[in-house]
Amino acid sequence: MSRPDGVARRTIDGAERLATRGAPVYGEPTDGEWRLWDARRSKLGAMFENGMETGLSDGDAVLYLGAASGTTVSHVADFAGPTYAVEFAARPVRDLLDVARDRERLFPLLKDARKPETYAHVVENELDAIVQDVATRGQARVAAENRRFLADDGRLIAAVKARSEDVTRDPDSVFDSVLSELEETYELLETERLEPFHDDHLAVVARPR
Amino acid sequence: MNDRTPSGAGWFESVDPGNVEGAATGIRDGSAAAPRDWPVQAVEAGFADGEDDYYDRLREATLAATAAAVEEAERADDRQLAHAVRAMDDCERTANELAERVAEWAGTLFDDAGTGVEYARTLAESDPDGPTERRVVDLARRVASLADERDELRTFVQQQASVVAPNLAAMAGPVLSARLIALAGGLGSLAKMPSGTVQVLGAEDALFAHLRGQASSPKHGIIYTHEYVRNTAPDQRGSASRALAGKLTIAARVDHYSGERKPELDDELDDRIASIRSRGGDE
Repeated sequence: MSRPDGVARRTIDGAERLATRGAPVYGEPTDGEWRLWDARRSKLGAMFENGMETGLSDGDAVLYLGAASGTTVSHVADFAGPTYAVEFAARPVRDLLDVARDRERLFPLLKDARKPETYAHVVENELDAIVQDVATRGQARVAAENRRFLADDGRLIAAVKARSEDVTRDPDSVFDSVLSELEETYELLETERLEPFHDDHLAVVARPR
Repeated sequence: MNDRTPSGAGWFESVDPGNVEGAATGIRDGSAAAPRDWPVQAVEAGFADGEDDYYDRLREATLAATAAAVEEAERADDRQLAHAVRAMDDCERTANELAERVAEWAGTLFDDAGTGVEYARTLAESDPDGPTERRVVDLARRVASLADERDELRTFVQQQASVVAPNLAAMAGPVLSARLIALAGGLGSLAKMPSGTVQVLGAEDALFAHLRGQASSPKHGIIYTHEYVRNTAPDQRGSASRALAGKLTIAARVDHYSGERKPELDDELDDRIASIRSRGGDE
């Protein structure tokens, strides 16, 4: 599997772990300029840990939906190029701002990922990747709505959370319906459950149809 | 709702390079149906000298815009929300009351007279003939504009509730959240209440009748409007409202003391209600 050069395996705290180069964010252990990327705290980290082919490479232009307080997007901005971080809740964005102040090409936006027209005047088109980690119902629709930002050969990398769609249904059946809706706008390349790092999450890599 | 028509232009349109405040406003208030190659456009428009310069300016503008938006959101006042939801209820009640008067009066003048706010809206569109009809139609217009104001207030409440209390709003819905905050006298007071009190907020008459020894204890107050109470079988409703009140109290506390969104709270409630409902048939 291929990984961006900016995402390396380093021996940190006696074990070989994922790491990126950048200013520390949440008190994570470091090795020189490298800082640990904890797969248990990050779904994208878990995808790399599981060896998924994300298609991400160094310097990519990325739209990150559901940035929360910036844990994962900080690692993305460490290896990617211009990185647009969209998050809807005000409180975590306060922390995201601190993460962004330490990075030259991380652009924080307090916007609703379900309403791309409210940030399409800021986020550029023809992006290399969308990373999606939104805890909301209608995750497939969020991906479809944001398709407009992606280049034709770009990648959607999504962590689908079953419990956000419908907590009473069996996760597998939730994933089936999310995937079939997703297939209307995207061609699925790879899907994988994120256990043991994250329960009831399905990682999806897809490209626009 | 928004007077601003989507211009489709980039955030930097009509902003002087170096005017960070103007740029931040462009980020916050602008919109576009489709993204474009903004870095190239900005350079062509003379806003930036090159791609690097553009991204430097974008960084400055997004940091300023987002910091301002966060500050404003966190200052959003729970008291304003309480006033808004009360005003919304007042508008609704008054509109209905006046609509009844309109219906009664119009019934004596027009063969096709109907009832309710919707009829008042229809009548408001018509051309009155003579001074008497003018009065009725004018009254109908007041009803229509009161109903419009109620809708505007509801939109405002829906936007503000998730800013003031994101977890509570996600769990209870914006309007019920606003009512709970109004009944408690603020988010802080709500956060300090035991969940048994939250459970019967809005059922004070029944509660005091119970405390005087004249009635059984109320199972629920305003939270009855939540579908987890209303759509649960009657013999499980006490359990459902107790579970709901418990989680709403926790959500209010998280909103008041930390403000961070915790979707897992919704999940825990969903699980709990599902198990309460499923045991209904077995007992």
